[in-house]
Amino acid sequence: MTPVIELEGLGVRFGKREILKGLTCSLSGRTIGLLGPNGAGKSTLINTLLGFYHPSAGTARIFGHDIRTQTKQIRSVVGYMPENDAFIANMTAVSFIRFMGELSGLPAEAALERAHESLFYVGLGESRYRKVGTYSLGMKQLAKLAQAIVHGPKLIILDEPTNGLDPPARQRMIRMIKEMRQVHDVHIVLCSHLLRDVEEICEEVLILKDGRIVHYSNLEEERSANRRFVEMEPVGDSAAFTQALEAMGCECALSANRLKAVLSNGMEIRDIYRLAAERNVQLRRLNYRRDTLEDIFLKAMETNTNGSL
Amino acid sequence: MAVYKRSYRPYTGRLTPAWSRFFVLTRYAMRGMFKSKFLTAVFVLSFFSPLICALLIYLNHNPAILTMLHARHNEVVSVDGQFFLGFLGVQGGIAFFLTAFIGPNTIAPDLANGALPLYFCRPFSRAEYVLGKLCSLFYLLSFITWIPALVLFGIEANLSGAGWMWEHRSLAIGSLLSSWIYILMISFSAMALSAWVKWRIAAGALMLAAMFLLSGFGAAINAVLRSNIGFYISPGALITRVSSQLFGLDSPINVSAGSAWVALLVMCGICLALLAKKVRAFEVVR
Repeated sequence: MTPVIELEGLGVRFGKREILKGLTCSLSGRTIGLLGPNGAGKSTLINTLLGFYHPSAGTARIFGHDIRTQTKQIRSVVGYMPENDAFIANMTAVSFIRFMGELSGLPAEAALERAHESLFYVGLGESRYRKVGTYSLGMKQLAKLAQAIVHGPKLIILDEPTNGLDPPARQRMIRMIKEMRQVHDVHIVLCSHLLRDVEEICEEVLILKDGRIVHYSNLEEERSANRRFVEMEPVGDSAAFTQALEAMGCECALSANRLKAVLSNGMEIRDIYRLAAERNVQLRRLNYRRDTLEDIFLKAMETNTNGSL
Repeated sequence: MAVYKRSYRPYTGRLTPAWSRFFVLTRYAMRGMFKSKFLTAVFVLSFFSPLICALLIYLNHNPAILTMLHARHNEVVSVDGQFFLGFLGVQGGIAFFLTAFIGPNTIAPDLANGALPLYFCRPFSRAEYVLGKLCSLFYLLSFITWIPALVLFGIEANLSGAGWMWEHRSLAIGSLLSSWIYILMISFSAMALSAWVKWRIAAGALMLAAMFLLSGFGAAINAVLRSNIGFYISPGALITRVSSQLFGLDSPINVSAGSAWVALLVMCGICLALLAKKVRAFEVVR
């Protein structure tokens, strides 16, 4: 399968400032998160992938198209929702989205039809005949999403899509992005500094710091791996219970009234309850312990790498 | 993505040819222009002068009316280079006024609202963007300048015969070329100012000022240095020189026609360079 995004020693320089430093990685997940503190180079990476900035070193490919030589092909399969305000003020939303659709190559009738559909989809159906300039910040975000999807792109790049949204609007935006990723052949790149958004939506996460890649994480794999760590609070004969778990092949650590265990292959939670019942041990608490994205992010911020995976 | 289903689906229909997409921008820009009642009114008024000229040409060929006026053929109006130069001078003035009114609105709103990334994240280049905007001005100004000039030429040719048309073909070519260079010149200037001065009124005023100040400054240079070098910074003088050459007339502007052409093209080039600097998805701060 062709990777969605491949970076090969990608470097970007503005004058003497080196913004991106030899990024190398391959991403092929359905939803890819770009994380990093302010000034890490997330937006620069997106802008470079879209051909807005020229790479000073290396190259990158989107669906196999080189960003140095095949910008038009890349742009025809990409939908982009920019971070900042971006709209045409004196147009109604439906004209604006239709216009964007036509610029993407849709015939006028199809663009109009899809403009209506996109606006209904993002929840602006009732206000589609209002001028975009009169929209609230949240509505402008939705209009930006509508213009990004009107031409049905294969890759949707969302730069801080939940910026400025109130909690219900944020939830709605996240739900829409989740819905979109279910559609066959659509990939999403989400650039955000909000860990919760990325954690909720993304399968893969690339963490940038000072223009370098400091961590790559496949959240799906990590989530399934994390399910194997269990933290319990047994009451009763804890020692016997621990021995029984170890006999089943678990690695255990008992401290005060807390028991941490790494479950062996094939062992399930109901086996733990069975062993506890057999030994008359009460389990007051049982948690799957997993690294949150915040843990991963904070660890990544402490590390220094050379920019490649 | 049907409205009632409200679910996302990719687009699988046909696409328009890539080369034709700048017309979309032109179409929308023109639609935006004619939302202004003032522009529509001035545009309609700009046809007043061609109508008068057409009437004069008709009178010139109507023996009954000439007899009534005790005039002879070509006494009412003489359709020659001077006639077309004068006609295009009047129409050029209206065209310039309209450009100063609508030109600042071409690029500034897109810059102010951050719309440029939305254009350029699509298979649509910066050159196509400039071309699309230029075409909207070009179409509008064409209806004021060379199209009515060619209609007048056609009326005269129809009334005077094919021999006149062949003999005076240089008038048609002159009208066409002098209008084109004039339209390009004022359109590029308006677009460059629109890209650099975001406040519309200031951009319009600056355009008017630039034209008159440059002419005045050029005249001052000529007077002080006792030379003709000042004409090279005066767009009006250069256009007059080029048009005079195209219509085969003597010109009060004492510079060679070739150098006037070069100077105009250099001015267009400077405007394009200014546009290239500003028309980008994101400004790079070095």
